[in-house]
Amino acid sequence: MATEILMPALSPTMEEGTLAKWLVKEGDTINSGDIIAEIETDKATMEFEAVDEGVMGKILIEAGTDGVKVNTPIAVLVTEGEEVPTDGAKAETAPAPAALNGEEGKTAAPATAAPVPAAPKADTTPDWPEGTKMKTQTVREALRDAMAEEMRAADEVFVMGEEVAEYQGAYKITQGLLDEFGARRVIDTPITEHGFAGIGVGAAFGGLRPIVEFMTFNFAMQAIDQILNSAAKTLYMSGGQMGCPIVFRGPNGAAARVGAQHSQCYAAWYAQIPGLKVVMPYSAADAKGLLKTAIRDPNPVIFLENEILYGRSFEVPDLEDFTVPFGKAKTWREGTDVTIVSFGIGMTYSLEAAERLAKDGISAEVIDLRTIRPMDTDAILASVMKTNRLVTVEEGYPQGSVGNYITSVVMERAFDYLDAPVINLTGKDVPMPYAANLEKLALVTTDEVVEAVRKVTYR
Amino acid sequence: MATRKPTAKSNVSAEELQSYYRDMLLIRRFEEKAGQLYGMGLIGGFCHLYIGQEAVVVGLEATAKEGDKRITSYRDHGHMLACGMDPKGVMAELTGREGGYSRGKGGSMHMFSKEKHFYGGHGIVGAQVPLGAGLAFSDKYKGNDNVTFTYFGDGAANQGQVYETYNMAMLWDLPVIFVIENNKYAMGTSVQRATKSPSLWERGAAYGIKGEEVDGMDVLAVKAAGEKAVAHCRAGKGPYILEVMTYRYRGHSMSDPAKYRTRDEVQKMRTERDAIEHVRELLLQGKHATEDDLKAIDKEIKAIVNEAAEFSKESPEPALDELWTDIYA
Repeated sequence: MATEILMPALSPTMEEGTLAKWLVKEGDTINSGDIIAEIETDKATMEFEAVDEGVMGKILIEAGTDGVKVNTPIAVLVTEGEEVPTDGAKAETAPAPAALNGEEGKTAAPATAAPVPAAPKADTTPDWPEGTKMKTQTVREALRDAMAEEMRAADEVFVMGEEVAEYQGAYKITQGLLDEFGARRVIDTPITEHGFAGIGVGAAFGGLRPIVEFMTFNFAMQAIDQILNSAAKTLYMSGGQMGCPIVFRGPNGAAARVGAQHSQCYAAWYAQIPGLKVVMPYSAADAKGLLKTAIRDPNPVIFLENEILYGRSFEVPDLEDFTVPFGKAKTWREGTDVTIVSFGIGMTYSLEAAERLAKDGISAEVIDLRTIRPMDTDAILASVMKTNRLVTVEEGYPQGSVGNYITSVVMERAFDYLDAPVINLTGKDVPMPYAANLEKLALVTTDEVVEAVRKVTYR
Repeated sequence: MATRKPTAKSNVSAEELQSYYRDMLLIRRFEEKAGQLYGMGLIGGFCHLYIGQEAVVVGLEATAKEGDKRITSYRDHGHMLACGMDPKGVMAELTGREGGYSRGKGGSMHMFSKEKHFYGGHGIVGAQVPLGAGLAFSDKYKGNDNVTFTYFGDGAANQGQVYETYNMAMLWDLPVIFVIENNKYAMGTSVQRATKSPSLWERGAAYGIKGEEVDGMDVLAVKAAGEKAVAHCRAGKGPYILEVMTYRYRGHSMSDPAKYRTRDEVQKMRTERDAIEHVRELLLQGKHATEDDLKAIDKEIKAIVNEAAEFSKESPEPALDELWTDIYA
């Protein structure tokens, strides 16, 4: 049976090309893999190989022809002894390619008029039952307990990182874990973030649930490709087959006087990535409850801690298995005049500011996001619809901040409720300086929160 | 590469040789068909063909047992077919259809099969190397004797994370076989233009990892080296490196005119060293098969590939709501 040879597409963008040269003539025997023609694309001259076997029956497009559209028949291949079909008897043609960008695709266009969203309602169920016995713990102890409890519960949970085992953790978060769980499950790595992040992701593909500690999240930049391209995207790229249950955790943001390379908040960076969950606890109870949830989550979780908060003490519920769900903000303080949204160490300044403002008769509602992704936008919107004013507080840089995103959500869904422009308080737009006075200036402060609230409340 | 030495008389059975012939031919015909579908605009984006390198995966798969894992780069179609994934599902992924292994959401470079323990299909050069060591870590942690074949090219062999991984794989005795598929060119850059080290496998010595160079155009040589490496890993002795000397006949991707090498160089490899022709000769000379037997296999393979191509055209594009699924488990 005769087969038409079609003008091939030879690059992702080629639509037409020049049939520069035929390397065979009519009557030649063709084997699959033979180079039969040279075709010029806009970028290069390419060799064109035969796929089917047969005899070159007829060359339809002469050498030297420009502007030959992709999928135009350029020659007819026949079997030995077969006649070239005349116009009447059409040769078998491979079916035309499906319209990949056809009408069907257009039906997905977004509706022009967005439906009016239902008034959001914040989930205000308490994190623990009333009357629960509490104990005082540092954030450091809470994080360790969370890991130890989950490691006791499931053998596939293990922790790896620099100095996590014998040194007991650079910041003593993994203290005691080596003694209890042994070297099989508490693993010291060499200083090789890119490599051990990749090994952790591979181990998660293999059915384990790794906790990968970065000594600080600044060092995770060495491993960013594995976090984004391997951990976050594989579930999607595999059509749902290959999940990556892994926790990347460690201190994030500024500590004190450690300079530009060790002082950066990555919340907004990671929050941008579909496939990741991003957690940033403030209190010890949240550190514990959220880390336990992170370890059980079937997705990659970025768990951003803070060195300054490690030593702070909070009340933690004395429960056998206490967890905090993702995507549920916590309202630390109810108020009526302004909403302050923050997370992590930003909560310190926000709560201090609210205390001071209360003395001046300004009632601030303070919301701790706890998880940046998924984000409890309902809690923010419900609060803004009540207070009509919003200030966001974070330590990261201003451009593309978490606050910027919150502002866009509020603009889209609660614009008419706003009585003042939203203020996004952030760290200053500079690398972190070392000098004590300059570092203080670079960070967001309680004074700035107070001032921003006064601005949006015109008081 | 020198011309092939006559393969030493071995106790290879007719059945075994025929299965290598069939498996390698399937990859070649499948890839030729993929190239054709690309030319017709049915396959888009990047498409990296494996033609010429078939003996590498077929030889190594012959040494694997159930539960062993494999992971590779973006030149991955051959690995998937060799480990038993369905050609229909692979081709339909290439055309971006619902019937593809990733339901059309991964494409040529990103395909997976949990069932066949194929862990991708990775588009970032070298990233699969620590991932492969991680898979091996999971087997060691669980206490079984499975191994992970971690494939990468001569190009990836210059990435830093490869050496971070060598270090940890040896430190922790991970059962991982690092398979360097040295096809002489990292896209358009020959090995000699990328490094002065005389051989890539010898770099493992810096970490105490054993390895060897293998003739990748001889499926029996690949299998023999693979058996040694697998035995080493299963015995708990840690990683092993195989630098498999091979050659890709086609360009780096479909849009590569391959001007960095001569047509003669390619032609010489095809006529003198072709891995499929080699097995064909062994079959005929050893009277393990007749011309007619081989024609029957050719026909059978052609039918499988045509069926895959038809399926990949007929399978519908993914439903539009697929855009929003599989982001979180």
